Amino acid sequence: MEFGPYLMLATLEGAVTAAVLALTAVGLSLVFGVMRVVNVAHGEFFMLGAVLAWWAAGLVGGHPALGFGLAILVVPILVGLIAVAADVTILKRIDYDPERTIVATIGILYIIQQLTLMTYGPEARPVEAPFNTRLALPWFEFADGRPQIYWPWGLSTTSYKLGVIGAAAAVLVGVWALMTHTRIGLLMRATQLDREMALAFGIPVERVYALVFGLGAGLAALAAVLIVPIQQAHYLMGGDPLLLSFIVVIIGGLGSLPGTVVAAILIGVSDGIISVFFSPTLAKILATLLVALVLVFRPQGLFGARRA
Amino acid sequence: MTKTKKPPLQPTRRDALKTLALGAGGAAAATSLPLWARYASAQSSEPIRVGFQVHRTGIGAAYGRWYDRTTMAAAKLINENGGINGRPVEIVAEDDGTDPKRGAEVVEKFATQHNCDIGFGTLFSHVVIGSAPRAGELKLPYFVVSEGHHVASGMLNRYTLQPGITDVKSQVQAMAPFVASNLGKKVTMIFPDFAFGHDHRDYFTAAIEAQGGEVLEHIAIPPTETSFTKYFPKIPRDTEVIYHVMVGPAVLTFVKELGEFFGPQRPEMFGFIDSLEAVDIGSPGLEFLEGTYFWEGNPRYAQADQSPYDAFFRERVGVDANGASVSDPKDVSTYAHMFGCWETLHVVKAGMEAAGYQGPSDRAKLIEAVEAMTDMAHSNAHPQGAKVFNGKTHQVFGHQYITKVTDGKLLLVHTTSIEDTLYPDEVDYTTQPL
Amino acid sequence: MSNTKKTLVLHLGLLVVLFALQFVLPAYHHGNLARIMVLAAYAVGYNILFGYTGLLSLGHALFFAAGMYGMGLMINQFGAAPFPALIAGLLAGALVSLALGFLALRTEGVAFMIVTLMFAQAGYLTVLYFGTYTRGDEGFVIQQAERVLWCIDLSDPTNRYFAAFLIFGVSLLLTLRLVQTPFGRVLIAIRENEERARMLGYDVFAHKLAAVVLSGTISAMAGAGYGLLFGYVGASFASVQYSIFPLLWVLLGGAGTVLGPFVGTLFMFYLIDLSSGLTSAYMLIAGVVLVLLTLFAPQGLVGELRNRLWKELP
Repeated sequence: MEFGPYLMLATLEGAVTAAVLALTAVGLSLVFGVMRVVNVAHGEFFMLGAVLAWWAAGLVGGHPALGFGLAILVVPILVGLIAVAADVTILKRIDYDPERTIVATIGILYIIQQLTLMTYGPEARPVEAPFNTRLALPWFEFADGRPQIYWPWGLSTTSYKLGVIGAAAAVLVGVWALMTHTRIGLLMRATQLDREMALAFGIPVERVYALVFGLGAGLAALAAVLIVPIQQAHYLMGGDPLLLSFIVVIIGGLGSLPGTVVAAILIGVSDGIISVFFSPTLAKILATLLVALVLVFRPQGLFGARRA
Repeated sequence: MTKTKKPPLQPTRRDALKTLALGAGGAAAATSLPLWARYASAQSSEPIRVGFQVHRTGIGAAYGRWYDRTTMAAAKLINENGGINGRPVEIVAEDDGTDPKRGAEVVEKFATQHNCDIGFGTLFSHVVIGSAPRAGELKLPYFVVSEGHHVASGMLNRYTLQPGITDVKSQVQAMAPFVASNLGKKVTMIFPDFAFGHDHRDYFTAAIEAQGGEVLEHIAIPPTETSFTKYFPKIPRDTEVIYHVMVGPAVLTFVKELGEFFGPQRPEMFGFIDSLEAVDIGSPGLEFLEGTYFWEGNPRYAQADQSPYDAFFRERVGVDANGASVSDPKDVSTYAHMFGCWETLHVVKAGMEAAGYQGPSDRAKLIEAVEAMTDMAHSNAHPQGAKVFNGKTHQVFGHQYITKVTDGKLLLVHTTSIEDTLYPDEVDYTTQPL
Repeated sequence: MSNTKKTLVLHLGLLVVLFALQFVLPAYHHGNLARIMVLAAYAVGYNILFGYTGLLSLGHALFFAAGMYGMGLMINQFGAAPFPALIAGLLAGALVSLALGFLALRTEGVAFMIVTLMFAQAGYLTVLYFGTYTRGDEGFVIQQAERVLWCIDLSDPTNRYFAAFLIFGVSLLLTLRLVQTPFGRVLIAIRENEERARMLGYDVFAHKLAAVVLSGTISAMAGAGYGLLFGYVGASFASVQYSIFPLLWVLLGGAGTVLGPFVGTLFMFYLIDLSSGLTSAYMLIAGVVLVLLTLFAPQGLVGELRNRLWKELP
């Protein structure tokens, strides 16, 4: 494939990855930003989203859109409730101590993985997309001195992939509106800025924490429901989303929603675009080092304010 | 985990007592046996303990589940037919988490804690390579079912054998003549960027060049990758055949995206069934596979000319004519690989009986007995087909199958000869001390 | 007895017990303990950075793997003898940790976690990328004949146990000594209050860099030892899982205690091993135990011991 179309394809594919990553990372960013804990089990909430989507989609017959619709409505709420339960039974009791939370969430990770293995099994299972049409894409070339449209071999995407990008963008706008224009958003931001002060002003910090933990897990689950018609549900699929969204949150700058989105796009598209020039694994190595160096030279992240 | 299962030995002890009672008249028979005979019979009713290293958790779990079912079915069958040397087989299963470190620990546990006679059943190559040194040091016969080239390459040791499944080098090179003469000579290979994929890259590239073909491009996909389309533009436009192989949970995504990339104008495609092992060919998005070819270690769908041995094997393991579990048609088996557990356990039985195996002190004799094996006939013990064992390289060789997706099923179009799969020896393990 | 003497007696006591155990343990546990001692040395190395300097790294698998591959490739590719190969492993670990420390220490807190994580991930992919030499994920075997150090066959159980004992003993005594040196005290001061340490005129960056290199080199020693003693070098040891393990072991045992890393490693090993004997769902048991421990032993096992019984435990 020629250079131009290749770059376009790599960008499109990266955009899908970035869309899903942004949702997962915003979930983690809320938890990390407001509660100041590293939730190692965040990826498992993502995995639960995908697995439960498979389960929900199997409940209804008929057009695949029905099952998928049910999944996208119910699954994030279900996963959110599971997370709230974990918060009030475990995290609250250990006082959100950063180090103990790491061990506790590793424990939760083991528990969720093993329960999924015992009930859902080790297979990777697909969910049928509600709509999925292959869209061939055009490109331009200069022939006889003027641009002409042609259809390069292999340059295509699917309607569903475009749908994922659209849906993720809509949800992100929703989260932004929630954080900036609602009372509950205000409470979250107040808690994030200064927990002690928030307590002093009578904000029910514990309830805010439970809500944030549930919301973060729900967003991860939503991202998984969106991706599961493209990738399959598998009980070990939570590892990558955890690492990548963790990276995205820090690169973007802690607590910065636009930063998180920009970082997700950077990470989503970088290895695809670098692989235009290098072999895939080398591209991944270079992309990883590149992103790490961003942090080395801008430790507060792209959009973070340097703290004194 | 430890799970021991003692399927009833037939004829059972009760049957034997009944026979004695009828023939010689009751209790007198039992007490009239000389002391040494009573001792010997007590000794020989001790089960043969087979340490089964199984991928219950981790990335290999989908394979492990079917390796488990096949192994249990084989052990049950062997016990129904009188066990090994008249002793029942007991499967002692331990999960290795598909991790080489835990794998080595499990092998130690078999040898020093569970008092197993042998270790058996490992699939993933890195677990085999991580565990084999310990098996060799502990002098525990270690029968792997991995299809890796690690055994025949000489990397391992005298106590590690692979008598029940062919290795990737022989499989790959046997495909080249068919690909070159039926599908095309300009090949692009897509494979995972780790050792298993590199074996495909190296051996197939050499084999296709020997057939007058060439590989236009090698596309190595990083492991843990979950989205693949971005790498496909590297496929040259004049490719005649795509050769693809992928493993891990993302295989279905890989194949689907390959289909979406090409749309209506795809080149010929040849894949290793590993790309779709344990995945339903009827999954949404796989329609484009119609008319493409696959290597299969053992054809998943029961073929028109199915052998009675294959029918017997399916029935005993509980697999239907479509290669799925009889209890759940959505539960697709790892049919191209799991026969290896069945055949290996039968080789162990034959080896132990040839060696007059009594206990761990006869482990070296067992190794020598298996090394002495050559031809294995197509039979209930070897339902995948006839095989030839090479005692020097500790590796078995056999027929390979090429199937074509026709009306959503994999239909057999070519069976390679065993000669197609042979290559010069790279090691002689029999020169190593026991 | 003074406190220093008490702690010295305690740690020498542990070493004496470990040394004596080899004569009484059954074969299986004998082998396990050898493994645990090498892994505990890894945890001890990790603890220098995490427990004493207060830097949480998520990339220590890079150092463990640097030692393992530095040693393994010397033997496998250049036919080196075990001793120079071990030295090569240590050097590889020291160099890699120096380079990583130099870059990553520009960041702190969570950014430090992420930078170390990403460098380790790049290292893991590099092992796969050079599959021609490393055999990627499959890894390679170090043959029995290549593991004979000065006529001592390291694949022999007794020799292996003794070698593992040495590796652990050296790292343990080194840490014990470290806490008592001025250098070690500055590290603890940095952990407690970095600004104050700087005000007092200490070169914080240089101290932290030295801690990274020391921690990385001990981790590399454990990695090289593990490969040499158990005969296998593979990419799974470079994966992110092996960065999280020492963190888990140290937290379980008790961060900032000298005995914690060993206790945590021992506990986690037998937690998995014993629960897997009870049920196939052993990860469930492991998960529940971890959660319970955070609820009821917040300072880790040795940390709790120190809080409740023995206040002077280092």
